[in-house]
Amino acid sequence: MGKKLLLANDHIPGIQGYEVYRKNGGYASVEKALKTMTPEAVVEEVKKSGLRGRGGAGFPTGMKWSFLAKPEGVQRYLVCNADESEPGTFKDRYLMSRIPHLLVEGMITGSFALGAKTSYIYVRGEYYYIIAILEKAIKEAYAAGWLGKNILGSGFDHDMYVQPGGGAYICGEETALLESLEGKRGNPRIKPPFPAIKGVWGCPTVVNNVETIAAVVPIVNDGGDAYAAIGIGRSTGTKLISASGHINKPGVYEIELGVPVEEFIYSDQYCGGIKNNKKLKAVVAGGSSVPILPANLILKTVNGEDRLMTYESLSDGGFASGSMLGSGGFIVMDETTSIVKNLWNFARFYHHESCGQCSPCREGTGWMEKILHKIVHGHGEMKDIELLWDLQRKIEGNTICPLGDAAAWPVASAIRHFRPEFEEYVLNGHSIKDVKHYYSVNRIQE
Amino acid sequence: MENKPQFKQETLTLIQEIKKRYPEGKHKSALLPVLHLAQAEFDGWLSAPTMDLVAEVLEIEPIEVYEVASFYSMYNLKPVGKCLLEVCRTSSCWLLGAEDIVRHLEKTLGIKEGETTADGMFTIKTVECLGSCGTAPMMQCGAQFHENLTFEKVDSLLEKFKSEGKRTTYFDEVVVENY
Ligand SMILES: Cc1cc2nc3c(=O)[nH]c(=O)nc-3n(C[C@H](O)[C@H](O)[C@H](O)COP(=O)(O)O)c2cc1C
Ligand code: SF4
Ligand code: FES
Repeated sequence: MGKKLLLANDHIPGIQGYEVYRKNGGYASVEKALKTMTPEAVVEEVKKSGLRGRGGAGFPTGMKWSFLAKPEGVQRYLVCNADESEPGTFKDRYLMSRIPHLLVEGMITGSFALGAKTSYIYVRGEYYYIIAILEKAIKEAYAAGWLGKNILGSGFDHDMYVQPGGGAYICGEETALLESLEGKRGNPRIKPPFPAIKGVWGCPTVVNNVETIAAVVPIVNDGGDAYAAIGIGRSTGTKLISASGHINKPGVYEIELGVPVEEFIYSDQYCGGIKNNKKLKAVVAGGSSVPILPANLILKTVNGEDRLMTYESLSDGGFASGSMLGSGGFIVMDETTSIVKNLWNFARFYHHESCGQCSPCREGTGWMEKILHKIVHGHGEMKDIELLWDLQRKIEGNTICPLGDAAAWPVASAIRHFRPEFEEYVLNGHSIKDVKHYYSVNRIQE
Repeated sequence: MENKPQFKQETLTLIQEIKKRYPEGKHKSALLPVLHLAQAEFDGWLSAPTMDLVAEVLEIEPIEVYEVASFYSMYNLKPVGKCLLEVCRTSSCWLLGAEDIVRHLEKTLGIKEGETTADGMFTIKTVECLGSCGTAPMMQCGAQFHENLTFEKVDSLLEKFKSEGKRTTYFDEVVVENY
C-alpha cells in the first residue's frame, strides 16, 4: 500500500464533523503555521515540496504563490477551484464530502501564507449538497476559533465563504471562474494580466484546485522535504486519481506518484482489472481533455519502458505517442468501445461548453461535432476525416483560453491512433466492432 | 397576467446575508446564489418577472440578470416539471449505458428528452458530466445524485417521486451514498 496523505483518515466514522477531525490531528497545520512560522516560511515549504497544481495544468504551486503581488493597502484573495467539471474527474467531490475540514484547514493555512484575509471556495452549482457540507464545516471552524478575528492570538484575521456556480464547465478555467465569482457570465479573460496581479475585483488572487489546497496540510505538518521524498523526479507527493469506465473497481484512489499504469489498471488495490474479463482497448488518462492512448501506448512508452503514473512518464513521447496526467480523471475503455462514437460524445461536450468568445473554438467545436455526428450516423465520407484533422489544427493555439486545445487534442489523438476505425465507419456506415458499443444497463447487473 | 412575485421574508434575510460575503459595492457577486434561491422558490424556473425581482433586490440592471441566467445551464428559462431528471450523458456514463437510461425514461414516461409530462411531474434533461463518473450511469434530481442506475432503480425512483409529489430543489437534504 502506498502512503496516504489526504485520504489517510477518510474512513474514520464521523470524520466529516469537527470533533473527530480534530481528534485525528486536524488543524495542526494552522496551529504550526500561525504559532511558529512566518507566511514566507510556509511558502518556502510549499516550494520545497515540489507540489504541482492538481487542477490539470500541473503548475508548481510554490512558484505560483510567490508570484502573488502584494501592493500596500490592497486586499489579496485565495480562491479554491471546486468547479470540477472535467469529464472523468470526481476526486474533489469525494474529498469535500468525505473530509471537508481538510479543505477548510488547507484554505486557512494557505491564506495565512498568502496574507489573504478572505477566501472563497467556488463550487460547481450541481454540487449544492457539498456546499451545505462545506458551510457546516466552516461554521464549526468559526465556533472553534480557527476562523474569524485574531486566530490563535496571532493577529491573523480570516473569513471564508462558499460560492456556487451555475453550471458551466468553462468556469473551471481560472479567469472564467473569477468572472463568475463577480456575478458575470463565465467568459475567460485575456492573460496577461494574470490573476496573481489582477484577479477577483482587480485584486491579486491565487486560484488553486481543491486537492492542491488540501495537500498544503501534510506539507506544513511534515515539511516540504518529506512530501518531496514521495514520488519520482518532478512528480512529487500523492495524487488523487478518479478511475472510471470499464473497470471492476471504479472510485477515487490516492496513489504515490510513480505507480506503473499497468499496476494501477490491473491490481486489486486499484482498478482491479477490466470488467467482464474483456481486453483493454484505450485509456484517457487525465480527464476528457487529454489525448487518448491505445492499450499498448498507455502501458509502455515507445521506447518500451513501463508507463508510470507521473506527469513526465504519461507525457513521454509528446503528442505523437504520449498523453498527460491532467486532472487525474482516468477513463478506461474495453475492446467493445467505439472510439469514433466516444469521440462524438466528447465533441458534443466541448461544443456545448464553449463560451463562444473566440470563433475558432465556437465554430470549430460546432463543426467537429457535426462531422462526427454525420460519420456516426453512417453518412461520413473519407474527406471528413481530413476535415476533422484540419479543424482541430486550426483551433489549437488560436484561442483565448485552453478549452480550444482541450477540444482539439481528443480529436487529434483519436485520429492519430485509431484512423482505421474512422475509415471503417465511413466505408461500412458503422463500426464492425460496434454492434453494442456500450454495456447495456442490464448487462451491468449480470 | 402574472402577479409580481415576492421573495419570502426569510429568503430576503438570507439574501442580505449573502451580500455581506463580498466587499463593499461588489454585491453583484450575489447574483448566482440568489438566482438559485429564486429558482427554488418560484417553481423551479426563472420567469422574466422573477429575474426582474432579482435585479431589484440586488440593485442591478435586469439585463445583467438575463445575460447571466442565459449563460449557465442550471437556470431554467422555461417551466419544468416538479422533478427535473438530469441524466448525465458524458464519457463514463455514456460508456456504461447512459443512452439506455434516457431511452428507458422516455419510454416509461411517454415523453422525449427535453419534454415535460402532462401532469407536470417530470422533465427529462440530459446534462454533461456531474462528477459522479465512478458510479455511472447516474442522474441528479434536486440536490440528490442517484448513482449506479439500473432500470429497476430508475423505476422505483419514479414511483417514489410520484407518490411524494414534491418539487425537488438543489436545497433538498441529501443522503450521501457510499462510493
Ligand atoms: C476549460 C478548463 C476547465 C478547467 N476546469 C478546472 C476545474 O474544474 N478544476 C480545477 O481545479 N481546474 C480547472 N482548470 C484549470 C484552472 O484554469 C487552473 O489552472 C487551476 O484551477 C489552478 O489550480 P492548481 O494550480 O491548483 O491546479 C480548467 C482549465 C480549463 C482551461
Ligand atoms: S477558447 Fe472557447 S471557451 Fe475559451 S474563451 Fe475561446 S470560445 Fe471561450
Ligand atoms: S461522466 Fe457522468 S458523471 Fe462524469
